[in-house]
Amino acid sequence: MRPLPRLDSINRDFWTGGEQGELRIMCCNDCGTFFHPPRPVCRHCLSDHVATKAVSGTGVVDTFTINHQKWHPKMEVPFVIARVELDDAPGVYLTTNIVGCEVSEVDIGDRVQVTFEKQDDIFLPLFVKTA
Amino acid sequence: MNKNNEAYITGIGQSEIGKNLLRHPLLLTVDAVKEALDEAGLSIAQIDGVSTYPGRVPQMLGFSPIGADELIDALGIKATWYAGGGEISSQLGAVVAAVGAIRTGQARHVICYRTVYEAAALARPEEYPMQRRDRVEGSAQWTAPFNALSPATWFAQYAMRHVKKYRLTREQLAQIALTDRANALLNPRALVREPLTMDEYLSSRMVAEPLCLLDCDRYTDASTVLIVSAGEALDEVKCTPIRIAAMAGSVDRHSWDQAEWMASYATGRDLWKRTDYKPADVDTAQLYDGFSFLALTWLEALGFCDVGEGGRFIEGGKRIALDGELPLNTFGGQIAGGRLHGFGFAHEAVVQLRGLGGERQIKGNPKVAVATSGGGPLATALLLARD
Ligand SMILES: [Zn+2]
Repeated sequence: MRPLPRLDSINRDFWTGGEQGELRIMCCNDCGTFFHPPRPVCRHCLSDHVATKAVSGTGVVDTFTINHQKWHPKMEVPFVIARVELDDAPGVYLTTNIVGCEVSEVDIGDRVQVTFEKQDDIFLPLFVKTA
Repeated sequence: MNKNNEAYITGIGQSEIGKNLLRHPLLLTVDAVKEALDEAGLSIAQIDGVSTYPGRVPQMLGFSPIGADELIDALGIKATWYAGGGEISSQLGAVVAAVGAIRTGQARHVICYRTVYEAAALARPEEYPMQRRDRVEGSAQWTAPFNALSPATWFAQYAMRHVKKYRLTREQLAQIALTDRANALLNPRALVREPLTMDEYLSSRMVAEPLCLLDCDRYTDASTVLIVSAGEALDEVKCTPIRIAAMAGSVDRHSWDQAEWMASYATGRDLWKRTDYKPADVDTAQLYDGFSFLALTWLEALGFCDVGEGGRFIEGGKRIALDGELPLNTFGGQIAGGRLHGFGFAHEAVVQLRGLGGERQIKGNPKVAVATSGGGPLATALLLARD
């Protein structure tokens, strides 16, 4: 079981967009800049005319680690923690897990695609390698 | 330079450093305060300021059990200025804040301190409970749901970039832990006083690649105190004053995953903009190593070598050894000296600049030292000088 986020009016779209298969990132309606984490103001132009927008969900592994430590007794290891840069939202990174392959198969620069894992009311954006 | 406009570290103090200590954390703090007062020849009545990081943290008492409010009241301090909080440029930001107060005439002698009680709290949860919530919020929500539950997993990702981009090897990175453990053998107060070999390092189990268990500091119980005094008040002080020659604490984004690069790099760059000293003037470097990789990045960030060259700079360990050209973490760093959480580095810089290191004292009459805390996403650097 993963620790889950407490939903509020600002983060709800990000954490539940997966129900519709959408990765939703906050974007400024005035200047078009994507930003993360979601907030009610654009960090580029300070506009409060902002809303989430669905992105394609493709990206690239910026960096990663293979986690071996069981941070609690029931944790299954090893697994990959990665920082993914999204193709459609330059400068936005997501901490995530790369799943669906051996941990030894992950490398910086790998092309990846979002996949959602549902736990309770949360849809976690995880990523799989694409060919 | 008019010394009346400057701020100095005067008395320094340290409690016993251990694991699962029974002595109350307030008393550990008092032990360190008394040692610092004794060294400076000051009495508590002369203290008019207090500064700490991160203040009392009720939901994680082991991390920070003693806040400024409690210390001021417990010791009867008449404070004309004080501060204690976590939203600051990492642990030594508490010293930076004190310098600001002193230079603006709000205080003359400020107790800066950091007390940690993480090992005892873990051993005695009934006394020091961790408050857990059903759901995570704030910045933790962006990492914890992916089981990135420890800073080890965040720093490991930066370290992996060095492995892939600059060919950092485990044998190179090992030199931080090996140097720490060698130095700690000469520090009677160090937490871990056992030698370490390269073979032992290489066979240590992985935590989060490329960081192994020996790259990480360990929960510690201790208190460290640095008294920061005004230049105009130095005639009240009997120990050799150490001038705070420059300070920096630059942050781009306080985020574990949105920052393009670690805060140490901007902080190191900015430190040298505020002084005529150059990296070549530094006689010893006391660089934050809660994870070994952080010290390596500080070497790059402070311009002791180029970005990406940290691994080759420390290769073989001679350059950063006690008798090397840039002695590093001469008390054992956090990895072997104990997780004093940032303050240990400034404490040791002062010890070395005063020539009081005993068996671990570096040769050659050191006059300039750099001490840092954090590294990313928060970072603080202090340049310290004996005039
Ligand atoms: Zn905008």
